[in-house]
Amino acid sequence: MGSSNQILILFAHPALEKSRVNRPLIQAVQGLASVTVHDLYEAYPNFHIDVKFEQDLLVAHNIIVFQHPFYWYSSPAILKEWLDLVLQHGFAYGHRGTALHGKKLLSAITTGGSKQAYCREGYNYFSIQELLVPFEQTARLCGMEYLPPFVVHETHQLQEQHQIAKHADDYRTAIIGLRDNTINWELLKQFKQLNQNLAEVIKIQEAPHHA
Amino acid sequence: MHNKDFFFQAFVYLMAAVLSVPIAKRLGLGSVLGYLIAGVIIGPFVLGFVGNEGSDDVMHFAEFGVVMMLFLIGLELQPFLLWRLRVPILGLGGLQVLVTTLLVTVLSLVFGLSWQIGLAIGMILSLSSTAIVLQTLNEKGLMKTEGGQSSFSVLLFQDIAVIPMFALLPLLAMKNGTTASLVANGVIFVAAEQQKASVPGWQQALLVMVTVGGIIVAGRFLMRPVFRFIAATRLQEIFTATALLLVIAIALAMQQVGLSPALGTFVAGVVLADNEYRHELETNIEPFKGLLLGLFFISVGASINFDLLIQQPLLILGLVIGLAIIKFAVLFGLGWLFKLEASQNLLFAFALAQGGEFAFVLFSFATKNNVLTTSVGGILVAVVALSMVLTPLIMLINEKFVQSRFVTTTVEREADTIHDNENPVIIAGFGRFGQIVGRLLIANGFKATVLDHNPTQIDMLRRFGFKVYYGDASRIDLLHTAGARQAKLFVLAIDDREKTIETVDRVRKHFPHLKILARAIDRNHAYELIRRGVEVVERETFGSALDMGVEALKLLGLRSYRAHRAGNTFKNHDEEALRELADIEGDHTLWVARSRQLAKQLEQLLRSDDEDLTHEVDRAWDISDLQKNS
Repeated sequence: MGSSNQILILFAHPALEKSRVNRPLIQAVQGLASVTVHDLYEAYPNFHIDVKFEQDLLVAHNIIVFQHPFYWYSSPAILKEWLDLVLQHGFAYGHRGTALHGKKLLSAITTGGSKQAYCREGYNYFSIQELLVPFEQTARLCGMEYLPPFVVHETHQLQEQHQIAKHADDYRTAIIGLRDNTINWELLKQFKQLNQNLAEVIKIQEAPHHA
Repeated sequence: MHNKDFFFQAFVYLMAAVLSVPIAKRLGLGSVLGYLIAGVIIGPFVLGFVGNEGSDDVMHFAEFGVVMMLFLIGLELQPFLLWRLRVPILGLGGLQVLVTTLLVTVLSLVFGLSWQIGLAIGMILSLSSTAIVLQTLNEKGLMKTEGGQSSFSVLLFQDIAVIPMFALLPLLAMKNGTTASLVANGVIFVAAEQQKASVPGWQQALLVMVTVGGIIVAGRFLMRPVFRFIAATRLQEIFTATALLLVIAIALAMQQVGLSPALGTFVAGVVLADNEYRHELETNIEPFKGLLLGLFFISVGASINFDLLIQQPLLILGLVIGLAIIKFAVLFGLGWLFKLEASQNLLFAFALAQGGEFAFVLFSFATKNNVLTTSVGGILVAVVALSMVLTPLIMLINEKFVQSRFVTTTVEREADTIHDNENPVIIAGFGRFGQIVGRLLIANGFKATVLDHNPTQIDMLRRFGFKVYYGDASRIDLLHTAGARQAKLFVLAIDDREKTIETVDRVRKHFPHLKILARAIDRNHAYELIRRGVEVVERETFGSALDMGVEALKLLGLRSYRAHRAGNTFKNHDEEALRELADIEGDHTLWVARSRQLAKQLEQLLRSDDEDLTHEVDRAWDISDLQKNS
């Protein structure tokens, strides 16, 4: 408790300059102590990922965040390329691939669709949790703990600055909570999304254990 | 010129300038004040090196500096900019001349002078000094501010207003005796009078229209091929000669039809403002303008009549102060009327609160035409000269004590206006390399100023709609005029090894803020550029050769992605190696050893990446392995 985590945010957005929501989110966590923001499209404009460098980064952090817009029910292309190349056999999985064991993985995504759109009755049919299963299973295979995702829904409806700022604040709060270990991990497991009950997840921790 | 021969005169003038101007600049007084003080010192009342009669000749010669200055101002002003300034030129400038003239006339009546004399004095004193004000504003970088633009508008109107003044002054003569044939013999400020005597009015008007029309047409259509032809000779001095010839020819033509040559060259400048040789023209004329203007300021300093000042100190000082106060009040009032912001209005009013160089000519003209008596004329000339000398001082006081209260607003304004005036990128060399850079930037909406010294190239590019200027990019003065001070990036794409290095050194020294992106001819050239801290060094054939290497790998049977990845690995490694080897290039043995080491390292890197990739992709979903694990 209280021990600090090293957080690596792998950020993937092919047109950051046009981003209305992802940019404020990433700005909100930029420069935080113990938090490394790694902008993949900026670092590898030609998709030429430096595998060794990326693996060293992973080893040096214990909470990994994939932050990206939810493109076609998945990540932008570069993050998939990153997964394919960096999570090598013998490094991330396989009988000698234990480098990521015990680390935590969080998806922080933005979607145009509302929460209602992601259910059997909605036009996306599947829930966000179901659609994120490939990431969840990737974490599992690598011996990582997959956290309930941080999701910002209906980005097109967020017209007002203060609406976006609210999400950016939440994101910052969540990242700081993850970093400072002020999250009630047991309680968090019961929720579908990290930012759904953020205050609760972090606040309850404030109360001492004997309660 | 008596026993003082030409060389001695030149020696005295140049010595005075060389000694006093740097000192004045160091003391923060500006070059104009330095020249003026130098003039006073070598003038007849201190050292007496140059006498009144001599300095009269020099003055007429030096007035040519004003002509050149107006030509250069014209070059800076594209016609649409001039059109945008029409309201301040006519409104602010016109009202300024009108109100000042009326005020002085009324005051003269109060002091018991006749209305004719009052009107003559009023008109002449309403003028301000184009030379001193523009030079000082330029030096302080204030030309692009609102106050600077307003000052420019007013000065431009005044320069035009001189012409009708020459026509009006003889009409105010006390006795209608000797008339118009007496004309000031100044090179520039010749009035229409002498022609009018022999040629009927309508012919005169026609002649003026034909001449001005000729200048405009020739500037638009004739000058481009002429400059191209001259530039093709690659003889710098002939280009300079052409530029000077152009200015002198226009000055002569205007004088022939009885217009102010300064105005004529100004018009010519405006016409040539969007010519691609504009920067080169500016660069060639600039030093002549600077020296001649300096000479002009020196002769103004030398012409101050200290005898008069000693005889009637109170009267003259009183008149100087009175003149400054009246002009300041009128200008400030008009600035307020035209909604100038307070700090800009103060700059504007302080800058123009003096008499102008035209006054010297007009006063002697008025005296010869019996409008004024010699003694009144003499006193007023002294007053104007003193007020001119005081101008740089007043502007210094304004800058140090008045403007300091407005610091934030002036800074903002300056940055604002300069920004949209010049381009953020300068590309030197627009051949097969620079073009690709330029086309990419321009296609993405970034404006670039392009310099090239190949006239045929320029011609071809112009047809494709590029803005290209002729000139040698290693010349700092040319870079200045191309806007290097405001630009952000300097793309150095010329194909001359030595010139590139030389240009990098100069640009680093004079424009340390510019980020340099340089084209390296080969690896050794790249080392030199890297050691000079050039931000981006790109070997000219590296990228395309690498692409070809990748294609070769594909033809040898590698899959596209594999070949592409190998190319990128090679590129990243080689660029790192280049930077590392640049540091040890001097030590040959070490360099060879390290180069070999790096080559081996690259080979290993490529091989292991290849193994990893094939290996990984094959084993990625090797279920047996996963089962073993679980």
